Amino acid sequence: MSLIDTLARLEAARDGRARPLATVRHRHVSDRPLVFVPLTTAGEAGAPLGALVGTERDAPRLLVVAQPRDRDLRSAFLAELADAMLPRIEECADAVEREERKETDPTTGKKVPVEVELCADAPQVVVPSAAGVEYVRLLGRSMRFRRTAEQDPDAPHPAPPRVPLLGRWLTHFGERSRVPGSSLLLAMTQVLGRHWATGQSVLEDQHLGALLAWIDPPEGTSGAAAALRAELARDAEGLPAHPPAGPATDPVFDNKRLAPAIARYDRARADVLQASPHRFAAAHRALADAEREIRDLLEGQLRPTWDAVWQGIDLLRALPEGARVGERWKRDRWSYTAHRDRVRAGEPPQPRRDDAVTAARKLAARETAQAQLDAQEALDDPLVMAGRRLAGEAFAGPVAEVVMEYSEAKIPRPRPLVTLRTQDAPHVADGVKLHRALPDGRSQPAEFVSHGPDGTLTVRLTGGMGRGKTPEAGSVPEPGDQVCWTLFEHAPRGGPELPEPEQTPWTHGGPPAAAAEAPDPVTAEDHL
Amino acid sequence: MRGHAFEARAKDDGGTELIRLLCERLGDGSPPPPGPGGVDTPDLAASGPEGRTARTALALREATAAGRWALLDHPMLALSVAGTPAYLEPDAVVVHPDGGWTVVEIKSFAMVDGAADAAKVGAAARQAAVYALALEPVAERIGDGASVRHSALLVCPKNFSNLPDAALVDLRKQVATTRRQLDRLTGVADIADGLPHGTTFDLCLADDGRTPTRPADELAAAVDAVGAAYAPECLAACELAFHCRARSRAADAVQTLGRALRAELGGLSTIEAVLAAAAGEAGDPGDPAVAALRRAARLRAESLETAGAASCP
Repeated sequence: MSLIDTLARLEAARDGRARPLATVRHRHVSDRPLVFVPLTTAGEAGAPLGALVGTERDAPRLLVVAQPRDRDLRSAFLAELADAMLPRIEECADAVEREERKETDPTTGKKVPVEVELCADAPQVVVPSAAGVEYVRLLGRSMRFRRTAEQDPDAPHPAPPRVPLLGRWLTHFGERSRVPGSSLLLAMTQVLGRHWATGQSVLEDQHLGALLAWIDPPEGTSGAAAALRAELARDAEGLPAHPPAGPATDPVFDNKRLAPAIARYDRARADVLQASPHRFAAAHRALADAEREIRDLLEGQLRPTWDAVWQGIDLLRALPEGARVGERWKRDRWSYTAHRDRVRAGEPPQPRRDDAVTAARKLAARETAQAQLDAQEALDDPLVMAGRRLAGEAFAGPVAEVVMEYSEAKIPRPRPLVTLRTQDAPHVADGVKLHRALPDGRSQPAEFVSHGPDGTLTVRLTGGMGRGKTPEAGSVPEPGDQVCWTLFEHAPRGGPELPEPEQTPWTHGGPPAAAAEAPDPVTAEDHL
Repeated sequence: MRGHAFEARAKDDGGTELIRLLCERLGDGSPPPPGPGGVDTPDLAASGPEGRTARTALALREATAAGRWALLDHPMLALSVAGTPAYLEPDAVVVHPDGGWTVVEIKSFAMVDGAADAAKVGAAARQAAVYALALEPVAERIGDGASVRHSALLVCPKNFSNLPDAALVDLRKQVATTRRQLDRLTGVADIADGLPHGTTFDLCLADDGRTPTRPADELAAAVDAVGAAYAPECLAACELAFHCRARSRAADAVQTLGRALRAELGGLSTIEAVLAAAAGEAGDPGDPAVAALRRAARLRAESLETAGAASCP
């Protein structure tokens, strides 16, 4: 955290209200985000209990597992989840744009332009918190290896084909969320925390209700007081006034409300099995009532979080989108399109563990994405740039003087010297490469020349001025212009290429085995 | 609940399965895993923590001398913390035929494809390190080849099932850290000396053994008499954290917002002082922390102004 962000946090603590950490929105927010609020059973790591899912804030779909220990009910839940999520995930697959991309021709080894499809939009999944992202990964891991009746007629408990398909998509979303700056799967607490500083610690910001209370407190209360209430307020029975954002439920709720309701459901179900014909209808009614009671209970826990996620979406939408967010979203669309192609080509599900080359490639891609994100956020947002200026990685100020000079080549090129008045103290030495964003979005290279008296800095422009002897209009700043140079590149590239998986060196385990992975063995005690 | 059920399941065959997992993970040519009945499970029952600790030490001595596999289920160990003995109860300790001892920690979080939540594994490793530390003096007293192995066996449910899976966790770093921290702790006697005479946390339970009769004010005053260094990490670990947080907030301490903040603000310890220094109303401009704060405040105000001007033309 830079000192500027620290200052914002301290101001928020003093004012009792969140302070901005960004002046633009740094993540894409879809027009129709797919919001997913899951709940799990306390203790039974991963066993689903219920979920609210949907793209309309007024019409969430409630899914419930009335008895989390029952394998059939859990399977039904997963099938229903697939029915609720897949239509939105798949509807973006067919609207495509044509893009040109350079690919290596396998026969000649030359780079040739190829026309490829790029999906015009991609689905975006929004969960309440980082724990929600982990749960999406867990669901994906558990579902993608399920066998359908068609694949394996003898296996017990076959899954409908949509379940492993959703598992593959959730795995893809979970994997993509690890790429810095991606927006395919967003955790609301993380995105809000990127844009606002609260007067509490980063750890306490993981509580979605408290975080929202700081940013957008109810009329007439301070954010600090509202956050404290969201975090701690409990009624006379000890039930929280604001249910946790999950996926874990509150233990008091589990013991006082949920456990008795599940016990009643179990009794009603046993009753149905034993009921004599004339009592059959009554027993069924009792079972339906017991199930409805659990649904109501869970909806009461889920609905406040659902509304909070949408409140967060509103807050984010109110911020203007950063200029380079669209470029990053396009990369998300590429990743969506690539996964669509893998599914359509009938490739097997993602392996349990990546092979050495895939793992190294993912890591390199994430490092590049992080460097690009850092550069792009700074260029999009003066407040982020201020942090880089404070760290000595950039400097800005008005131009004091421009002296035209030329290179000593056969055809002289313009190499103007620009002198800048600034209070910033960048870590520069002679000849250090500098970068400046031109109004048209290109990046102009320059190099540092010297420190002048009274805090001026002189910089020589070394490119981006066109081909002629006179620089293109607008490519050289005029005295009085406000300019900002950075020491970091604006479009950093990744490292060298990695070998193909078939050429994995023996030091890294050699080429991976080609066989598709076997599904998990079914045991009597699985809980997801 | 689930934790207990899983632990019972992992041990229910008298430790054969646990020791098979241990041998498999060690994979170093140790003696082959014993068959059913090949594992000694000494009885450790005794009265009181001192009695159980002595019984455990005796059982460890006998098991080491026997040169067979043995599983000590819930032994009791003593460790001196800040000058007072603390009694610890590991899930299990395995005695190898060669005299090595391995701490076994059974946890209920899942190990999916051989990987588990890093934070939880870290916590389990720190916990096991404390047990290893408490075992060391016992091993020294026994001598005769007895030694504490520097890896613990972490047993977790495998994937989405209830079957046990295990991994060896190297404890050397955690043991060294814990030892250093324990050496640096202020003695309980020294802390008690600094308190007002008669300070007590006794709840004065009524005859039913549950209802506290001491007035809440008195108890709060006693708690307030003891200093506390609150940091947000306390919230995950301590039941008094909300109390300390309220106190820390009332004192306007910057550490309420995170440990890292405190480190970068130099000698300024209250929010008011930091903001006053940043605004140029207080503080020594020659202090590098104050100078950096003022630069940060200026840059922040400047860029918020630029952005505000840009968004409202």
